[in-house]
Amino acid sequence: MFELFVNAVVAGVLLGGFYAAVALGLSIVFGRLDIVNIAHPAFVIIGSYVAFIMNERYMFDPILSGLIFLPVFFLLGVGMYRFYYVCFERTGQESLSGLAYFFGIMFIIEVLLILYYGVDYRNVQAPYIGETLFLGFLGLPYRMLVPFITATILTGLVYLYLSKTFLGRAILAVSQDRLALQLMGADPVKVKQWAFGIGIATAAVAGALLIIIQPIEPSVGRLYIGRVFAIVILGGMGSISGTFFAALIIGIAESLVATFIGPSWAPAVAFGLLLVTLAVRPQGLFGRAG
Amino acid sequence: MKLNRFWVGIVVVFLAGLAFTKIADNEFYFYAIYAVLQLMVMGIAWNILGGFTGYVNFGAGGFFAAGAYTTVFLHKALDGPPLLVAVVVAPIVCGLIGLGIGYLTLRLRGVYFAIATLAVAIILETLVINWEYVGGAGGYYFLIPEEIPFFDSYVEWLFTVILVITLFAIVVSRYLNSSRIGQGLAAIRDDELAAECMGVPTLKLKLISTTVMGALMGMAGAPFPYFITFVEPVSTFSLLIAVNAIAVPMIGGTMTWVGPVVGAIVLGSIQEIVTVSISSELNMLIVGVVLVGFITLAPQGITGVYRDFRDKRRRRNE
Repeated sequence: MFELFVNAVVAGVLLGGFYAAVALGLSIVFGRLDIVNIAHPAFVIIGSYVAFIMNERYMFDPILSGLIFLPVFFLLGVGMYRFYYVCFERTGQESLSGLAYFFGIMFIIEVLLILYYGVDYRNVQAPYIGETLFLGFLGLPYRMLVPFITATILTGLVYLYLSKTFLGRAILAVSQDRLALQLMGADPVKVKQWAFGIGIATAAVAGALLIIIQPIEPSVGRLYIGRVFAIVILGGMGSISGTFFAALIIGIAESLVATFIGPSWAPAVAFGLLLVTLAVRPQGLFGRAG
Repeated sequence: MKLNRFWVGIVVVFLAGLAFTKIADNEFYFYAIYAVLQLMVMGIAWNILGGFTGYVNFGAGGFFAAGAYTTVFLHKALDGPPLLVAVVVAPIVCGLIGLGIGYLTLRLRGVYFAIATLAVAIILETLVINWEYVGGAGGYYFLIPEEIPFFDSYVEWLFTVILVITLFAIVVSRYLNSSRIGQGLAAIRDDELAAECMGVPTLKLKLISTTVMGALMGMAGAPFPYFITFVEPVSTFSLLIAVNAIAVPMIGGTMTWVGPVVGAIVLGSIQEIVTVSISSELNMLIVGVVLVGFITLAPQGITGVYRDFRDKRRRRNE
């Protein structure tokens, strides 16, 4: 019983680390820029399919292809933001139309993937998939361990970038006081564009990690919508460290539920926690009251 | 005068529908029109909260499926009660769900509400998947009664039921739109803080709005198991339903009760034609593309474009 419990918690931590990578981009875009990019998981799925194609055709390691496609996703994000800005943000319609816009984008991405690749589950080949590291009674499958380590490094890099570099601080500034940033002579639109690009870029790596962990098909992304928004809100909207710990909490909770109650209940965990959080502590577990 | 014309229109449409069941002999028409009317009810329901009040609901599929599964539950618990029982009970259940969600989340900003509704849809789906009584993940076969008084076939009866539901939804939506409640909702949409300061009971109005939205969604879902005859969670909670419910008012226009009606006729007809003549996957793509196209190019929808056009022409004539 104890061994099962410890294994479930450790599996949850590994899973949570991966969730952090998926939620990271949204933490910047939703938490810092206040753009409700509900299509973020769909971009993660695109990342997964890119990793799948690169792996099948050229035998690229999924994580390597995720890193190679970072700039492409960055540009995709920049383009998405420009379009969003011109159509909605500039005219002040972002609340209703903007939400529906991202919802539509998510749907289009999903249907296009279904049309091209069908609803078959796809997976990748890599030497570490299928192997397990044993530490006493503790089993650490490499297909979970590798994403966890990658996700932790990614989160650390983003954290350092946002807190130490000039542009990173500008992104923080735009989330705190847009007008003040404008008065300092910076263009908030350019800063937001840059930040949105980074947010989408993380999806390239997150997608590669996703396809290492599990086989994917186009509609897998939907399950992640609730998870990532739950994580970002629990983590206090835009706090990178908060996002990471919230992801670990969700991961552990899901793993425990899956082990002791049943895997079919796991999807409801994140949403349940999210609803409770919204009702009881809307600023999130790690957010400041305000 | 205007009121009379509206009610005359409602009665005429109803009688035309009844006459149609006697004249038309191709069952396909009933299936196609049923699908369009179901879309219309969902669009109207979504618009009460999304359009009138300005709160986006991504969980439309959840409410719809809750209505459908209320029917399944009643069917099993009461050993096949008449359809009308479900049509009355399902909106009560779904209205209560809407009220509960409203209580939990409507004190927050609109975005959180949108995400919470999505959360509720997935939680409901998980509950249903794990609830063996209503079929669980495997689904539930629905045997429809073979004979029904006054109608030649069951689908004609279903068609009549959804027609009445649609007309009812239009009446409710029009009432909410033009009454004092509607003015309060519009005030919330435009500036919630200002509305609150002017003494508009915002929380109460928002709760009315979510409850009515939930009830109408549930009503749309109640006859669905009879229509489809096999219910399973994944397709009943489908994202396509949520996208459709959002797309209909967005295409038609969100400001008035007319918008979703127009939107459903346009989108529903396109969908039926594409499904029959090309493929159903493409049909899904079209919904997405049409939705995104309309919100970027014509954010006011068809009724908004028409209003601008009419105003411009009137100004020219003066």
